[in-house]
Formats: sequence, C-alpha cells, structure tokens
Amino acid sequence: MNSIKNIKPVLELKNLQKSFGDNHVLKGFNLKLFEGENLVVMGKSGSGKSVMVKCLVGLIHPDGGSINIKNQDITTMGHKELDLLRTEIGFLFQGSALYDSMTVRENLEFPLRRHKDKIENFQGTEILVKEALENVGLADAIDLMPAELSGGMQRRVALARALILKPKIIMYDEPTTGLDPITAKEIILLMRNIQKKYHTSSLIITHDVDCARVISNRMILLVDGINYAEGTFEELSNSSDPQVQAFFKN
Amino acid sequence: MNKADSILSQTKSFFAEIGDMTFFAGRFFKEASSSPFEFKELLRQCYNMGNRSLLLVSVTGFILGLVFTLQSRPTLMQFGAQSWMASMVSLSIVREIGPVIIALICAGRIGSGIGAELGSMRVTEQIDAMEVSGTNPFKYLVVTRIMATTLMLPLLIIMGDAIALFGSALIENLKGDVSYLLYFNQVFEALKFSDIVPATIKSVFFGFAIGLVGCYKGYYCSKGTVGVGEASNSAVVYISMLLFVIDFIAVFVTDIFI
Repeated sequence: MNSIKNIKPVLELKNLQKSFGDNHVLKGFNLKLFEGENLVVMGKSGSGKSVMVKCLVGLIHPDGGSINIKNQDITTMGHKELDLLRTEIGFLFQGSALYDSMTVRENLEFPLRRHKDKIENFQGTEILVKEALENVGLADAIDLMPAELSGGMQRRVALARALILKPKIIMYDEPTTGLDPITAKEIILLMRNIQKKYHTSSLIITHDVDCARVISNRMILLVDGINYAEGTFEELSNSSDPQVQAFFKN
Repeated sequence: MNKADSILSQTKSFFAEIGDMTFFAGRFFKEASSSPFEFKELLRQCYNMGNRSLLLVSVTGFILGLVFTLQSRPTLMQFGAQSWMASMVSLSIVREIGPVIIALICAGRIGSGIGAELGSMRVTEQIDAMEVSGTNPFKYLVVTRIMATTLMLPLLIIMGDAIALFGSALIENLKGDVSYLLYFNQVFEALKFSDIVPATIKSVFFGFAIGLVGCYKGYYCSKGTVGVGEASNSAVVYISMLLFVIDFIAVFVTDIFI
C-alpha cells in the first residue's frame, strides 16, 4: 500500500459535508482513491454512502468541502465541463437503472451518442457494444428488453454500460445488493476481472463483507458521516474496536 | 394547525409550485435554444404522441359532432332555424368545443403518460444514469416532449375538429336529409380566417401546457411508486385547470382584437 500512497490520487474528497434539513449525513468525510486500486467504503444502511458517491458524480451538490477528480474540482464546474468529465467515470447504480424503454443494445449505445470521440481507436458502435457485452458474458442478450432479464443479468448489462466509454474510474453503488449469494459472487469476480483488464480505479460502496474481502485493496469505514477507520481488509477485520468489529461479525 | 393556517400553507405551496413551474419553463426555452438538438428523439416523441392518440381523438371528435348535432336539432327546429345547423356547429366546434375537449382528452392520455413515464424514470434512477453518462436528461427527455406536444396538439385538434364536423354532417344527412356537399358548403361559408387562426394559436398553448406540466410533475417526482401515481394524477389536474385558464385568456384576447 505504501507504493500506492506515493502516487497522486485520481480522486480526492476533502471535508465533504452534506445535510438534508436537520439530518447531517456527511460531517467532513475524506477519501483518496489512487490509480489502479479498489477502494471499498463500508457503512451501515443510511450512513451516507450513497449520498457520498452521488456527490462525487455531481448528482447531489455538497454543502461544503471539495471533490477533486483528475485535479479538477467538480463542485465549481459548469454543466458542460462536468458532462465531459463524467465520460471518464463509470457508475453502476444500486438498482441497475437500465432504460426500460430501450433494448440492451440501445442502453449500451446511449452513452456513445454524444461521446464517441472520447474513445481511442473508435471502430464503430456495434463493435464496442458487442465487446462490452462479451466482457460481462451476455453477448446473446443484445436485443432483449431489460424487463426480460433477471436481476443479475440486469446488473451485468448495467456494468457493461458503465464500461462502454472506457472510463478510468468506476464507482459501484452497492453492486451486490438484492442478488442471491451465487450471483453476487459472480458480479464480484466480474468486477475484479474488469479491473485487471482495463486497469481502472474502483470505488466500491457496499455493506457486503464478502464483496469487500474479495475485491478491496483498502477500506474505509463510514460511521456517523466521518471516516471512522481505514486500512486493509485484514487490518480492519482484526481490529479490536467494537464499532469496527460490528461490521465483520455474522 | 387550524383551518386558516392550513389554507394559508396550501395557498403558499400552490404559488411556490407555480413559481417552480415558471423556472422550469424558463429552463426549457434556454435548453431548447442551445445545441446539441435531439431531433431523433423529438421525431420519436411526435410519432408516439400523435400516432398513439389518433384513435382516441378520432372517436372523441366523431361522437362530439354526433351528440352536439343531435342535441341542438330540436332547439333549432323549434325556431325553424335548422338551416343554421352547419354554421352553428362548425363555429362552436372550431372555435371552442373542439380544442378544449380534445386538449382535455390529451391531458389524460399524453399529460398523465409523460408524468408517469418520467416519474418512473426518476424513482428508478434512470434520469440520474443519463446524467452520469454525460447526457443532459433535461434536453433529451423534457425539451423533446414539450416540443412534441406543442407541435402535435394543434394537428390532433385540427383532425379532431374535421372528424367532429363529419359526424355532424352524418346526422344532418340521416335526419335532416341534407347532402354532405351542402352541409360542408355551409361550414366553409360560416368559418372565417379569424375563427381558425385564434383557435390554432390557442391549441399551440394547450400543447405547451400539457407537455410542460406533465414533464414538471414527472421530472421532480419523489416518494417512490406512490410518487409516480401522484405525479401522473396531479399532472392531469393541473393541466385541466391550466387549459381553462389559457382558454379564458385566449377568448379574452381574441375578443379585444377581432
């Protein structure tokens, strides 16, 4: 990990704050994601994990703090600049968020409509779509509608869509939630393979300990809106702190 | 909270919503006038809204013409004024009844559909997914839908009016032994440019209102599946109310100038 920490982070959060009325969800959260690493942020339901990751992609505007992605502060960016930066970030939504009026092919083509020029050696939409679907093992599902897919298949298609613009950073919001243990394991392995193949930096938001064990290089525990603990899976799982231990029991 | 406070707070939230809708309309004009333009999606929406409303508008228009003529006949006969039937029906349908009834039908068919569709996309994070993929969802979803309703509603109303007049001619032909040629001659004699233009302009505003309110309610939908139902329902209520307000303003303005 020391070698990773010498590299400049691709993503950095400093003192992130967000409240909804009297509910202070994030109270000064800090995070650094380094190139090529898989960083897992764990926390209980309602601890602000999803709010944090939505702040990162500009879906929620934070009340305070800074968000630097590739040396650009997204909190001060205009819409057009932010849209361009977003092409370098893949995002897997908790509920897959596939466009249900479009086929799998159209879902994957959608991000390419305006941003084909972002892809090096662009050889055509069809080739990219097929490659993305092959990566997730769903080449045969290309003309199906999202409603015709199982939950696990939907998650795979959503992952293919997140990868289609060849992003350097991928954010996963609860990638295994709602899936059975076998499908969840398949998704975790798929995420790991994708990271190896494309050398992406991944930020994984989860409360699934198995997911964290398999995929994480480093972990942060988010408790009461702040970084409660930080370290590798082994370090945290062997911690004597009762709050940290609570995550790894069961 | 007593009754007066409750009324005051409801009034406040009503006007706050009107204010938000005005900002929403302002954003529509800003986004609609800047590139990139989503022509393909606009055409798809025009096709969806126009084509899928054809049958409903045709049936409504036809029955409207039939019923209006059947109901008016006895009264006109009492005064020996059956020969005025074509003029009266055509003026009433083209100037007022046709646009309002067909717009109300479209408020239910199109407005609630937009509210439910966008609401469902909002609660299942599909709108967020669009935003994250670097596409402006307002431009792709809202601008295209508002433009489609604004373009398609006048066409649907013109078609609905024509079918209503045909329904009226059919009754006159069956009951009054009036030929179609004579009936439509009287219709075109009665209708003037100053009857058709204000009605068409009014229907453009009706279309804009249907698209705007439907999109506003759906785009800012919250509270999960319950919210989707609320968005769809309240879109129809607001649109219906707004249609009558626009109609009143249009009639008032027309009365001043013509």
